[in-house]
Amino acid sequence: MVNLNAIYVMWLREMKKYVRAKSRIIGTLIIPLLFLVFLGVGLGDLIGGGLGGMDYRSFLVPGIVGMSMIFSSTFSGISVLWDRQFGFLKEIMVAPVSRVTIVLGRIAGGSTTSIIQGILVLIISLALGFASVSALSFVISIVFMILISMTFIGFGLVLASKMRDMQGFGFIMNLIIFPLFFLSGALFPIQNMPGWLAAVSYIDPLTYGVDGLRGAMIGISMFPLLLDVAVLMGFSAVMIILGSYFFNKSDAV
Amino acid sequence: MESIIVENITKKFGKFTAVYGISFNVEEGELFGLLGPNGAGKTTTINILSTLLEPTSGKAKVAGFDVAEERDNVRKSIGVVFQEPALDSELTGEENLEFHAMMYGMSKEHRTDKIKEVLGMVELSDKAKVIVNNYSGGMKRRLEIARGLMHMPKVLFLDEPTLGLDAQTRRRIWDYIRQLKRIGVTIILTTHYMDEADSLCDRVGIIDKGRIVALDTPENLKNMLGGDAISLEVCKECTKFVKDLEKEKWVKTVKKHDGTVTLTTDLGEKKIPEIFKIAQKTNTDIESIRLNKPSLENVYLHFTGKTIREQEAGQAEKNMAIMSRRMMR
Repeated sequence: MVNLNAIYVMWLREMKKYVRAKSRIIGTLIIPLLFLVFLGVGLGDLIGGGLGGMDYRSFLVPGIVGMSMIFSSTFSGISVLWDRQFGFLKEIMVAPVSRVTIVLGRIAGGSTTSIIQGILVLIISLALGFASVSALSFVISIVFMILISMTFIGFGLVLASKMRDMQGFGFIMNLIIFPLFFLSGALFPIQNMPGWLAAVSYIDPLTYGVDGLRGAMIGISMFPLLLDVAVLMGFSAVMIILGSYFFNKSDAV
Repeated sequence: MESIIVENITKKFGKFTAVYGISFNVEEGELFGLLGPNGAGKTTTINILSTLLEPTSGKAKVAGFDVAEERDNVRKSIGVVFQEPALDSELTGEENLEFHAMMYGMSKEHRTDKIKEVLGMVELSDKAKVIVNNYSGGMKRRLEIARGLMHMPKVLFLDEPTLGLDAQTRRRIWDYIRQLKRIGVTIILTTHYMDEADSLCDRVGIIDKGRIVALDTPENLKNMLGGDAISLEVCKECTKFVKDLEKEKWVKTVKKHDGTVTLTTDLGEKKIPEIFKIAQKTNTDIESIRLNKPSLENVYLHFTGKTIREQEAGQAEKNMAIMSRRMMR
């Protein structure tokens, strides 16, 4: 049913392509870097009271890591469409491996690149002097990164099954991913939002991801970390099952 | 033994029917061609047989396995070279083959050997480590054919293998295809080139608007049209010669116009010596002799009433009409 060799080679393909596209890696780091620098420096000294004396820059770092995760993961789920457009999906679909294997291969590749991305953002934050992270909190952060990436790759696969090509990509980014990012409490505490809006935040998977990362990195979180982990595990399981289901149903050609 | 059995396959896309209840069998080791214009249903047929599409109705077996119910077994037995390129252009040629080999569960040594072998066969050994993006169209095509052979499939599908390639590359790819046939691979090839179907295929199915309208060897298909035409240049006064020709049983029709005699017969190439014998008996000098065999194009014309080019032109007209209607809105 599940073919480990096939998962490995699909993972390897993603890695090779990722390493080769150096300009793409740098390109995807620019937006998080701009957010970090301009929000951190611009707003850093203004905000303080609302955060109970906590430095806004440290508050911001887990949010921006979460941001780079949601964008890169959703994109890697949707990028199934690239493979369809360039014909390579047919090569994968006609191979004697189960559809579950194909979805797992994509998740393995996509989450690895997303996590590398997240770690690079974290390193930039450390270099900027915005955060200091212990070994333990680094390991816990990785756990959250894995869960966030699996959730949103699954989500990306669901979105991809509803699209014919990459034309709707900008629409999805602006109308779905950006709102999810703003609602997650990545830039400001959701407690400060009006009640009805905060309620929407509670069904946003990224809220638990950012909260978990924040708990891991700076020791401040809305929910207990275990609750964050449990909720994210639920979300990622549901998204992967939905993503696989829709991927299986969509046409190969 | 039959390698492919297609029974009454129909495929509908919404209201549009791409394939109407087609049936055919392909023998093991045979090179079978589906000849027809764009949009005739060739690619849909290939997609169904290679498990990428499910038929709306009907049954098909490939290498003994049902294409709808035993997909994994079918997939293990086949190789597919798609009409549209299906390579990862950001990987090297070798990496594309490596990816394929691992997806098909080939062992490390086996795949290293095989990659060398197939790259050698399509003369791409020196380009193995080049990113596919930098390949020419013909090189990509050859790489795809090489990939289709990596796992030694029993059945190979080639969907328009030489579409858009220059004459030399086409000839080379034909040579590879003939090599494959010699190894004993069963091959289904689709094409809209008459010469390709004629020179490569053991049998050809002419497919038009989703139906197979004729199916036989290229030879028999051509012979169905009432045989070959032989034109002779002789002297104007050689009436005795023409009368003797008319007496022969194998001659279907004879016409004489000034010094040109035209006769129709089956297997014209075997009748030319006979014609010379008759000419000698009647002391007739033959200045020139020409044999015209009917081409598959004539056959195609006969069965569909249109040439492929006319059909495609007709389609283009329809598209233009649809477009202009859209522009009006």
